[in-house]
Amino acid sequence: MFACLHISDFPVEAIIRCEPELRGRAVAVLIGKSPLEKVMALNEKARQIGVEIGATKAQLEAWEELILRTRSEAQENSAHAALLDCAQSFSPEVEDTALGTVLLNLAGLEPLLGPLQKIAQDLAQRALRMDLEANVAVATNPDAALLAAHGFGGVTLIPEGHEAERFGELPVDVLLQCFSSGTDEARWLETFDRWGIRNLRALAGLPEIPLCERLGQQGLHLQKLARGAATRDLQLFESPLIFEEDIELEYPIMLLEPLAFLLNRMLEQVCARLGARARAAQELKLELELVKSAEDCDPDQSTTFTRTLRLPVPMLDAKVLLKLLQLDLQAHPPGAPILKIHLAAEPARPRSTQNGLFLPVFPEPEKLELTLARITGIVGEGRAGAAELLGTHREGAFQMQPFAPVVPEEKTSARRKKDIAVQVEDDGPNRIAESAQEKMTAVIALRLFRPRLRAVVNVQDGKPVKLKCLVRKEIAGEIVWTAGPWRSSGDWSEQEGWSREEWDIALQAESEMVLYRLVEDKLSRDWWVEGVYD
Amino acid sequence: MSASPVFSSAASGRPFLFPAPAEGLLWQRLEALRKLPARVTPASHLEVRPAPEMVSSGIRELDALTGGFPRGCLTEICGPASSGRTSMLLSALAHTTHRGEVCALVDASDTLDPASAVAAGVEMGRLLWVRCGKAVRSSRFSVLSPSPEHSFGKLTTEKVRAERRGWESQLEQVLKVTDLLLQSHGFGMIALDLGDIPVRSARQIPLASWFRFRRAVEHTPTVLLVLEQQPIAGSCSSVLLKVTGHRSAVTGKRFSVLSSLAANHLTHTELLDQFEIGVELLRLRLERKPARSVMTSFHSRAAWAG
Repeated sequence: MFACLHISDFPVEAIIRCEPELRGRAVAVLIGKSPLEKVMALNEKARQIGVEIGATKAQLEAWEELILRTRSEAQENSAHAALLDCAQSFSPEVEDTALGTVLLNLAGLEPLLGPLQKIAQDLAQRALRMDLEANVAVATNPDAALLAAHGFGGVTLIPEGHEAERFGELPVDVLLQCFSSGTDEARWLETFDRWGIRNLRALAGLPEIPLCERLGQQGLHLQKLARGAATRDLQLFESPLIFEEDIELEYPIMLLEPLAFLLNRMLEQVCARLGARARAAQELKLELELVKSAEDCDPDQSTTFTRTLRLPVPMLDAKVLLKLLQLDLQAHPPGAPILKIHLAAEPARPRSTQNGLFLPVFPEPEKLELTLARITGIVGEGRAGAAELLGTHREGAFQMQPFAPVVPEEKTSARRKKDIAVQVEDDGPNRIAESAQEKMTAVIALRLFRPRLRAVVNVQDGKPVKLKCLVRKEIAGEIVWTAGPWRSSGDWSEQEGWSREEWDIALQAESEMVLYRLVEDKLSRDWWVEGVYD
Repeated sequence: MSASPVFSSAASGRPFLFPAPAEGLLWQRLEALRKLPARVTPASHLEVRPAPEMVSSGIRELDALTGGFPRGCLTEICGPASSGRTSMLLSALAHTTHRGEVCALVDASDTLDPASAVAAGVEMGRLLWVRCGKAVRSSRFSVLSPSPEHSFGKLTTEKVRAERRGWESQLEQVLKVTDLLLQSHGFGMIALDLGDIPVRSARQIPLASWFRFRRAVEHTPTVLLVLEQQPIAGSCSSVLLKVTGHRSAVTGKRFSVLSSLAANHLTHTELLDQFEIGVELLRLRLERKPARSVMTSFHSRAAWAG
């Protein structure tokens, strides 16, 4: 058995998917350049009030309740991609028949998903969750399912052998819309009209040999289709794992709040499509097309604002992703009104974690990512993360990395015993005791001054004897103890060469002795108090 | 009508006696007492609050003194510069990261030396370092950013005022970031390094903030550690440790009494390696009592290259 998902008035439905508030209203989609736009698609409500395909914009002004929109290929592509994801979430064998129409093979799915009627209803429900109102038809061959989805609204199930009976009342133009191109459709329609063939029952009842003599093999094939007897294989579709959503705006938006509203909708759709393919988002890329400012010299150059969010773990929660995007846009606003939004998610396999009773406490990755984004908004970019020492002799060389701790694995008792046995074999019992003992003591630490403090130093016999730091008045006085110097230099082959002499000194404070690190920059001959030992 | 016993006792010269309550009133009071258990829990039925789990500080002597640092409680470590408090902090962070837990360090003055942290054994991949910055206001006032290197010159009154405002905005950052970290849960230790914040500015942190932190960390497995020059959290801290300064293990004397001449005879190794740090336990508001005396000392070691 085969199922067909077909969206009637697809260009209109693609627009309504992005603007759900238009559902239930008369909507027409225009194509062409102003002022010669014409209607290229409209929904049932618009047909009921008398609008026709090909009407010009001027003619449409008579209908006040009619909503007009310009055709958006980007939105149509997004809608079609969502339809494909919906189909692929049920069956691996899917055919990308046309824009707004997909076919899928239901063979072998009944034991897994239930009876055919239930599968058809679930398909319709899944499409609705993606904001797509689709006709679903199930039949014994692909073309019969296709014809039924075009001809009948809602969910249709055609049992085997009843195709001709069910298709009997369908008009001929439905058949021709499904299976012939533009010019051929007009020719066939004219021929059938002359013969008095109005519905598919009449076409199915024509004798085969005379039909073949007059219309050839194509006519015979059309008759087979009208009877629901044509068989063929699906042309299977291999979809790339691309999850993108686009919205083109009628009016530019300037505030982050309405942008967040639209992003929420797009993220929900992206996450639904990712979930349907058993994937999660590893990276989010947001591209905003901005209104060009008056100062731009080149009017053809587009102004695109791009932000990329690299997530530490694959995520599928639309609310968390929205919050992360909001925080990022608050920290890096676009700076101009927005005309178009493009959102793309890089798919990845969802993370699987196995919880254990004895694992150490660990923050949830989604919560941690939100917390880090909020902290970054408070302290600034690059000031919250994990420090990583660089492989250089330059003092204080480090870089800030994104904070992404790895979840520790729970070790079974057998694995723990194995680890200890290996350690004993390699290191020896004395080494273990020594390292364990070392681990229970403190290492003297240095607290750095950032920025380091400029100082005036009196030198005697090559040693600093008196120090005065005017920024911090308490760091001043006779130096009661010195050690050093330790000389180091480097990066001579690069422009940022350095050469320094370090001294460890002790100054008498009010009630205690304080140990500082004093540095002389040999290139500039300046003295700096770099830190305090604590 | 008989006179009351009071007047008759007074009249007869016997000691003054209060009149005995009437029998009906006594029974009423006994009835009321019987109903009390429904509303008031008797002391024998009060829920015993379990003692918090203690985690090792990474220093044997300190663990012997306090049992470690308690989870779900606020611990203060106070002391002057060069007293050894930062060494204690890094040791605690190292031990926590070694256990596989994630730590956060809210560095109010951006003073952490990553090389010292690595030498202490901190697994930097598990330490979230939040570097709070001072407010720098060019010409008049501007957005938060790290201040440039201080230039040689006397601070004017306006600069002093700007400096004070800078500390206040740093503390605002510290409080906001701490709130966020406590709400996110999952951290084994959250440390606030206020060691370089002037005491006057640090005391301006309202007690309500400390109370809020204490309530947020209660019933969680997080150790909240605060490093400061003097105690500022009041009664909100469950453990208060005072690092009392150092002395040389060689001479055994505290630095404050060393003469400059004696100090000059000490080698670098003798001064910084096997450094004895004294710790005094000022407060321990836990169910368990201190194991031994309230003071202890331990030796630090220097991290040598190569």
